[in-house]
Amino acid sequence: MNPHVLSTEPKAMRNLRVLEAESIHIIREVAAQLERPVLLFSGGKDSIVLLRLAVKAFRPAGLPFPLMHVDTGHNFPEVIAYRDQLVAELGAELIVASVQDSIDAGRATEETGPRASRNRLQTVTLLDGLRQHGFDAAFGGARRDEERARAKERIFSFRDGLGQWDPRAQRPELWNLYNGAIGPGESVRVFPLSNWTELDVWQYIAAEGLDLPSIYFAHEREVFSRDGMLYATADFVEHLPGEEPFRATVRYRTVGDMSCTGAVRSQAATLEAVVAEIAATRITERGETRADDRVGEAAMEDRKREGYF
Amino acid sequence: MATLDVSAPTVELLRIATAGSVDDGKSTLLGRLLHDSKAIMADQLDHVRAVSQRRGSGAEMDLSLITDGLRAEREQGITIDVAYRYFATPRRRFILADTPGHVRYTRNMVTGASTADVAVLLVDARAGVVEQTRRHATISALLGIPHVVVAINKMDLVDWDRVAFDRVMRDFAIVAERLELRDVHYIPVSALEGDNVVSSSAAAPWYTGPPLLEHLEEIDVSAARARNGGARFPVQWVVRTHTYRGYAGQVAGGELRVGDPVIVLPSGDRSTISAIDGPEGETDVALPPASVTVRLADDLDVSRGDLICHPSDAPTVTRDIEATMCWMAEEQLQVGRPYLLRHGTRETRAVIEDVYDRLDVETLVHDPKAATLQLNEIGRVHVRTSAALTPDAYTANRTMGAFILVDLQTRDTVAAGMISDPAPPPRSANVVWQPGGLTRTKRWSSLHTTGACLWLTGLPASGKSTLSAALEARLVSDGRMAYVLDGDNLRHGLNGDLGFGPADRAENVRRTAHVARMLADAGVIVVVSLVSPTRVDRDLARQVLETDGLSFIEVWLDTPLDECERRDPKGLYARARKGEIPNFTGIGQAYEPPVAAEVVVRPHDGVDGAVEQVLRELSR
Repeated sequence: MNPHVLSTEPKAMRNLRVLEAESIHIIREVAAQLERPVLLFSGGKDSIVLLRLAVKAFRPAGLPFPLMHVDTGHNFPEVIAYRDQLVAELGAELIVASVQDSIDAGRATEETGPRASRNRLQTVTLLDGLRQHGFDAAFGGARRDEERARAKERIFSFRDGLGQWDPRAQRPELWNLYNGAIGPGESVRVFPLSNWTELDVWQYIAAEGLDLPSIYFAHEREVFSRDGMLYATADFVEHLPGEEPFRATVRYRTVGDMSCTGAVRSQAATLEAVVAEIAATRITERGETRADDRVGEAAMEDRKREGYF
Repeated sequence: MATLDVSAPTVELLRIATAGSVDDGKSTLLGRLLHDSKAIMADQLDHVRAVSQRRGSGAEMDLSLITDGLRAEREQGITIDVAYRYFATPRRRFILADTPGHVRYTRNMVTGASTADVAVLLVDARAGVVEQTRRHATISALLGIPHVVVAINKMDLVDWDRVAFDRVMRDFAIVAERLELRDVHYIPVSALEGDNVVSSSAAAPWYTGPPLLEHLEEIDVSAARARNGGARFPVQWVVRTHTYRGYAGQVAGGELRVGDPVIVLPSGDRSTISAIDGPEGETDVALPPASVTVRLADDLDVSRGDLICHPSDAPTVTRDIEATMCWMAEEQLQVGRPYLLRHGTRETRAVIEDVYDRLDVETLVHDPKAATLQLNEIGRVHVRTSAALTPDAYTANRTMGAFILVDLQTRDTVAAGMISDPAPPPRSANVVWQPGGLTRTKRWSSLHTTGACLWLTGLPASGKSTLSAALEARLVSDGRMAYVLDGDNLRHGLNGDLGFGPADRAENVRRTAHVARMLADAGVIVVVSLVSPTRVDRDLARQVLETDGLSFIEVWLDTPLDECERRDPKGLYARARKGEIPNFTGIGQAYEPPVAAEVVVRPHDGVDGAVEQVLRELSR
């Protein structure tokens, strides 16, 4: 527990408990209604909160479902180290679905050039992973405040046999009565954090005293500047002319893979400092740090239709 | 120990649903609300500005682009589905469900309104109260939204004329009275200019109330939340380890305290709360909407779907409910067809026995001639369920008074129901029993027969089929009309759509009981051979026969499990042991022995001995 955050945010604390109760209810409902759920765990802050809620939903018993990480092969090493440590502590079952395997198997084709990203390829790996293990429900950490297509999505989001989302044929979703009925081959994506905001997530992390991967806090690293964003240098990232690497003190607001996740300049090295920065910011996390959402007006809707997270 | 109180009177989370038609300027109002309360981030605003210019809106920013997030919505310039927006002020945190106003998307408005504390309805000051306004008000009333704000927009276009404002207020008050909307608040605004949205306006000195945002910050929602009613805890999941057994769920009414005496419904078992485990550890008290795990002092058989509550204010246990229902599927409601019903954490099959009437949401007139409901229509219905429910009236508890129906084929959510009467008389009002010309006495004496029901219950392979065949043969050879209703045979036809879960077993017994009643009434001695594992279902069968003045003889084949398993003529026990047959009575599902069977048959009685025993009972 962090006394500073609690004492200055008593009201936030109460509404966090309401959100927490709603999320736990959703998680239990999935476990009760679906045959074989899985929790998609990226090592990012949202999936860390999601995992915490899932643990609370069933304790003192263990998690009644495994975790799955869609590994692009372009992850921050700090995040992978964090993932492995947390999974070991919880004694949870972790399945790693690898984008590299999808490429090697000819299921996905690597993009080339300086702007290559494995972001879109993840969808293939994700759908293959879900099918291979027979998962009929997948928990994701997506929030409605992140992006305008997500603002439209149900908490229980129905997917057809190909894993696709049809935004115009969403099931009505009333009260706290969730309809998890599906046919053979169909599945649901479930978003227990739908009603959380970025600030709620950070305040909850502070209140619960959760550990995070170190890249969420200010640190010095080698970066280069592209389209007004700072990207980490890495072996697999090609630079365009003029993109000279330099060292800067930065932190990450979101954790995607290294090729499409930008850093922000920040001196916030503690949870309190990060919460204070988030509360004061005037730019959304995806707008500030995600190249994958800048592709077009409906970039997220299009990817979601294909079966993206 | 701490008190887990997530619904303290000062709780700062408020859920709002907004509705209006395109011309009311709703999107502009929301854009204004979000913009002026600084809930829109700089990059979102840049995006809106860029798209507005590309679409030729000129220098004017099209604030509706903020909430209309789907490609189709942006292309058509209308709201199709609910969009959720989040903003906060130092006093409150808001979840705003922006719902579509068009009649075609009524079901989406219902989705957004189902959990709202406050409805904000937009009215154009020039157009006044129109049909859409009445529909939005009706849905708000039906869904029990406790507070309504009528934002009378475009006041700048009527020169802030108080007469225009008063006219809307007067017209809406008539609607509100008919709908019994108790808390309605009227605010004159100009979304375009920003008057009375976030900050007060000097343009209307005659309006002394707060601007919209301040009003939303001040509404007292604590009284309306379901905390004064009876304690309601629908069991969602059983948490079990070698040393721990607790019942997980979300408190849906009242309060639960450690030490409270409780009753579990529908079984009626009683116990005491020995501990409550919350997300932050053990706690003394849990209030709605806390998600907790409750431990009981006694070792009871409690499972998902059961309700834990206080014996002093427990709800009715019933299979009949009367409800107002909003139909949400393209395919119309079909009376008599089975649907899946979700209520609390209970899932059961249900049949709509009758449509009483349909509400014309624009004129607020009930049409009693309606026989069905089409997409987006609202009406009153009688629903009969296969398993028992523990419902409250929706006006008393928005969680335990609500249900949804799911289509068994498409698996879509097809209806939202709000329970108006948790225990109406079981037979539908306008299906009147058609009396025949012949009385039972006359029929039986002319045919020299006496109908009755022999109900053979027991584990699989306990000897029911053998005994029923022997009884039938003996009775017929004595010149009496006898007929066997065999459980397995019934499942080939009449009950072919049923599975072996508890709900389907209950329905199996119910149908069999009604067929037995008709045959017995016709003068047949019906020999029912059915595992019928639960006491409650057998009692129901008895009730069906006995309330119709027919004799019901329960015959229990008390053959021990190991003996049944040794016989196993169909190899079913062997398969159940291998896990191939879930819900197999005796292995995966318990058999509840009768407590007052008229006849008890044991293996050493032999078939002939058993036949004599039953005939003796029949001749009494």
